[in-house]
Amino acid sequence: MADILVVVEHQDGVFKKNTLSAVSAAKALAGLFGGEVDALVLGDGVAAVADVMAGTGVRKVLLGEGAAFAKYLAATYAGAVAQVVKAKGYGAVFAPASTFGKDFMPRLSGLLDAPLASDIVGLEKDGDALRVKRPMYAGNAIGTVELVGSPLLFTVRQTAFNPAAMGGEKTPVEKATVTAEAGGTAFVSRQETKSERPELTEARVIVSAGRGIKAQENFKLVEELADQLNAAIGASRAAVDAGWAPNDWQVGQTGKIVAPVLYIALGISGAIQHLAGMKDSKVIVAINKDEEAPIFQVADYGLVADLFKAVPEMIAELKKLKSA
Amino acid sequence: MKILVAIKPVPNPDEKVKIKGDGSGIVLDNIKMVVNPFCEIAVEEALRIREKLTGEVVVVTVGPKESEQQVRSALAMGADRAVLVEAGTDLDSLAVAKVLAKVVADEKAELVLMGKQSVDDDNNQVGQILAAVLGWPQASFASKIEFAADNKKANVTREVDGGLETIEVALPAVVTADLRLNEPRYASLPGIMKAKKKEMKVVPVASLGVDTTPRVKVLSLAPPPLRAGGGRVADVAELMSKLKSEAKVL
Ligand SMILES: Cc1cc2nc3c(=O)[nH]c(=O)nc-3n(C[C@H](O)[C@H](O)[C@H](O)COP(=O)(O)OP(=O)(O)OC[C@H]3O[C@@H](n4cnc5c(N)ncnc54)[C@H](O)[C@@H]3O)c2cc1C
Ligand SMILES: Nc1ncnc2c1ncn2[C@@H]1O[C@H](COP(=O)(O)O)[C@@H](O)[C@H]1O
Repeated sequence: MADILVVVEHQDGVFKKNTLSAVSAAKALAGLFGGEVDALVLGDGVAAVADVMAGTGVRKVLLGEGAAFAKYLAATYAGAVAQVVKAKGYGAVFAPASTFGKDFMPRLSGLLDAPLASDIVGLEKDGDALRVKRPMYAGNAIGTVELVGSPLLFTVRQTAFNPAAMGGEKTPVEKATVTAEAGGTAFVSRQETKSERPELTEARVIVSAGRGIKAQENFKLVEELADQLNAAIGASRAAVDAGWAPNDWQVGQTGKIVAPVLYIALGISGAIQHLAGMKDSKVIVAINKDEEAPIFQVADYGLVADLFKAVPEMIAELKKLKSA
Repeated sequence: MKILVAIKPVPNPDEKVKIKGDGSGIVLDNIKMVVNPFCEIAVEEALRIREKLTGEVVVVTVGPKESEQQVRSALAMGADRAVLVEAGTDLDSLAVAKVLAKVVADEKAELVLMGKQSVDDDNNQVGQILAAVLGWPQASFASKIEFAADNKKANVTREVDGGLETIEVALPAVVTADLRLNEPRYASLPGIMKAKKKEMKVVPVASLGVDTTPRVKVLSLAPPPLRAGGGRVADVAELMSKLKSEAKVL
């Protein structure tokens, strides 16, 4: 089939690793149906991002720069990607299923009148036909989907595809000519959640807290445990709604989808919508004082206990382990 | 301000879905259909804007006749009237967006509010596609909408990875609601009574001249891989020792 384009995510010039899963998905499609995988970097002064991408095994990196791309906007991105797709005849476009990809990719679908499969977890070949797998109903069903038309558009669930390796042999970076049309939108400001911790979607260990944590100041306890484990911190919707945790900590159907090696749920009941975001974690620990809590159905190690008693004990044990 | 709110009925998200034996869909017998929670948030926001700026709130849905029930729920919350574009349930996001674009043009809406995601298909697409089809600005995943003094522009705060972002959109625009935009009201009893008499225009989809041939087809559904959970530990000491020597994750 025709060649494939991956749209690279970065935050003000800082490369986002979720792009690497989109590269893997694009390569999976190329493996099934042929075609070469290229990457597109849009921004202003983002040659460093293009340089990182050039080491990920793509055929080449297209670099579209201009002051109008300095801040991400759905309209400028969707418009520029549409130009590149039309000019070069790409047959498929991939982006991460982050709030970045979920924002501009449907707009691209509308601009190109092209079918989009969101949040895909698999690509298969059935005879000559492409079959796409994607979770539906909060992950309670995996749909097999067929796309009709061209180009085919995909946003990729990061946890479902192993990231492409970085730091390989450098492939060419080419300038792409793109124009930006902000179409009545303008960037105003960004309020970054500051954290020294690993990113939720990249962390090996996540400690998550829910309504059972009861107050914002009790997140100190969660942080202490996370410190011992070099973990990222997550939260249930209830904890975010209460204002105890920032919105981008929310794990679940409508928040972040995570699959760390170890997920520790503290005072989280395990609603369907929360499970949708974490049930593919390798090992799940749940601490909840209600032995009937549904979170225990997915936990490998369930502990019925008061978290305010159990967590300090865990912290003490971990400190002991470290000094041993 | 004339506000159009697109809503979609979904199976009650708090009930566990069961997949039909042949994988052709989910079992809907005895499952209550409700307004998609994100669409409820969109309706609530529209009502609050109308309370401040006056105007009209029109609810629109694209789907089978039975959607009338959920449309009436939105009317009971306080929307003024409704348009039900009667169509099958097999329309994909592109088709729904194109149909909605016709209704938006017909109604001369100044603002379109929608949910960010329907919690059945989990697509998170229609609002952004609609904005592209109309050539309008979009602001997805909104947690706050503030109008400029002349009501020709709005600052929308969006829930994004890494925090919050504020963008300015010129109106008319499409805004999709995230969870923290507001807390939807419950319909009052008088609201429910009044809703029965509010206007609901039924429009056959064929009359709109939109090609609705699906471009994204769901061929089948299967259950996800089952997780063997349910393991228990007696205390923190056992937990830590198992994490170390059995799971080998410490
Ligand atoms: C459209 C929609 C989208 C949603 N999206 C998401 C999403 O993305 N992510 C998400 O998480 N939720 C989401 N939800 C919300 C979800 O349905 C639940 O309401 C939410 O996950 C509950 O959070 P919780 O478990 O923290 O709170 P609760 O359900 O109230 O559970 C609190 C738990 O803490 C336990 N507890 C209390 N005190 C202690 C203690 N001292 N020690 C130990 N345990 C204690 C209790 O036994 C209880 O099980 C969504 C809902 C809707 C309608
Ligand atoms: N059939 C439909 N009729 C009206 N609005 C819809 C329909 N499908 C989706 N929408 C709107 O688009 C939003 C996002 O849905 P989706 O892209 O399907 O996840 C929903 O919250 C609704 O506001």
